[in-house]
Amino acid sequence: MANQISKEEVQHVAELAKLEFNATDLDKFTKQFEDTIDLVNTLNEVDTEGVEPTFSVTDQVDRMREDVAVQANQKDALLKNAPDEEDGFIRVPAIIDESEEA
Amino acid sequence: MDFLNTSVRELHQKLVNKELTVTDLVKNTLKSIESTQNDLNAYIAVNQENALKKAAELDKNGVPENEIWAGIPVAVKDNIVTIDLPTTAASKILENFTSIYDATVVERLREHQAIIIGKANLDEFAMGGSTETSYFGTVKNPWDHTKVPGGSSGGSAATVSNGDVIGALGTDTGGSIRQPASFTGVVGVKPTYGRVSRYGAIAFGSSLDQIGPLTRNVRDNADLLNIIAGLDEHDMTSSDREVPDFASKIGEDIKGMKIALPKEYLGEGIDEDVKQVVLGAAEKFKALGATVEEVSLPHSKYGVAAYYIIGSSEASSNLQRFDGIRYGYRADDVKNLEDVYVKTRSEGFGDEVKRRIMLGTYSLSAGYFDAYFKKAAQVRTLLIQDFNRIFENYDLIIGPTAPTPAFKIGAEIDDPTTMYMNDLLTIPLNLAGLPAMSVPAGMADGMPVGLQIIAKSFDEVTMYQAGAAFEDNSDMKNQHPGKGND
Repeated sequence: MANQISKEEVQHVAELAKLEFNATDLDKFTKQFEDTIDLVNTLNEVDTEGVEPTFSVTDQVDRMREDVAVQANQKDALLKNAPDEEDGFIRVPAIIDESEEA
Repeated sequence: MDFLNTSVRELHQKLVNKELTVTDLVKNTLKSIESTQNDLNAYIAVNQENALKKAAELDKNGVPENEIWAGIPVAVKDNIVTIDLPTTAASKILENFTSIYDATVVERLREHQAIIIGKANLDEFAMGGSTETSYFGTVKNPWDHTKVPGGSSGGSAATVSNGDVIGALGTDTGGSIRQPASFTGVVGVKPTYGRVSRYGAIAFGSSLDQIGPLTRNVRDNADLLNIIAGLDEHDMTSSDREVPDFASKIGEDIKGMKIALPKEYLGEGIDEDVKQVVLGAAEKFKALGATVEEVSLPHSKYGVAAYYIIGSSEASSNLQRFDGIRYGYRADDVKNLEDVYVKTRSEGFGDEVKRRIMLGTYSLSAGYFDAYFKKAAQVRTLLIQDFNRIFENYDLIIGPTAPTPAFKIGAEIDDPTTMYMNDLLTIPLNLAGLPAMSVPAGMADGMPVGLQIIAKSFDEVTMYQAGAAFEDNSDMKNQHPGKGND
């Protein structure tokens, strides 16, 4: 069953996923996305009327533990992995768009 | 020195008796890794300095008799975090990341004084079936360097198969330990979901992921699982069930054992040579006194479709944390915060990861949740019911691990849906949470073929018992890849 997935739909999903594709990649991804959707649509052959969904297979019910910090004061180690830091803080670009076209 | 024909217990005895020093063992392992790294590309990082330091310490204090992994080098897949080496998940987005804590399995290896020798290469974020999606380059199959080692634990499988180390850890979300074990002729086990803590394994499909051991023989595998299994308060899905000695029934005969062989596992798409190897294995089990009967798993053919929806949906959610803010890669030349997210993720993730994030985001988005995610979760229930019905009457299920032997590098990488079908025989077990093993069973076209042995939840002991009985009666344990074969 061939699915009609438009480039616009793929573009929309990409926006939701915080991804962007150039024109060439968008063509390639749209084709591959269509193939994948065809594959997963085979599930429509299965009658699942009244079947409970399974979201987890663990035999474990929720466990509680004491709310205590076990590894504290690791700011320096954590900051080492930050792409940009200043004065013990993580630096990020301004949230408000300062560019002309916005 | 090559470790192709030794077991961890033999090596341990030599270390205890001081016939061999830990330092020599570690030096030889490092030398072996170094000499094959150019050809195989099995590692992303090697732990030379710390490994030698730990070795010297053990030589000074003596290797404890009751710790069989003490001083033994073990490779760890690079999506499992370690404090003394970077953890990249084979992605550009984590190229410079070093964890501030050890994964629970790594902590346990250290408690038992095993030596973390290096971080093994993998498919990016464990997404792939060939280890060709790694940002750090493709891993080669030691049996034939023009072929893939399988994936995603391809580096872990290749280094064990090559005889550099006798044990490695991998992760298995849809077959990522068992399929590369099959392609490289080693023993790979995905334990029952919950048996091993996932704390510190970079999450892909949280309801499917499980860490497990790759080794060259069944007993070593049980011995490695023995030290990593068990409850962990950091992982709410880890089970509080008692951990048995997984090797406790190895050596016992399997007379009277009831084994099921699903007809769907020998059906369409399964290579004829692979089928013959599995039928030969079934005969061997019969000769050892087990009964083998054909059964049916009617929903198994829908496993791949259900898996791609569930795995990708969970991945799209898990991978939201890679946003370029707190750690990892951040794109340059960005105008605002939204731009940081989009450019960082678009430049940082490879194509396969993007494909799965896209499918997952689509499946979970408004209007599609019931048609995709919920439907897949319902099919998952039906698959589990198929297995439950079989396990009412049988101890184990057997079948091929993968539909074909290892394929050529580049042969399937541009055809994602064909690549996805490679996991059709392993995926159902992740969906059901069952333990399964791939054990070398024969050769096809000059390449190893794995037999998959599937057990009831938390019944790894029976799986290891049958695997060892099969291995003892197979000549595969004497087959090794020729080194430098390209």
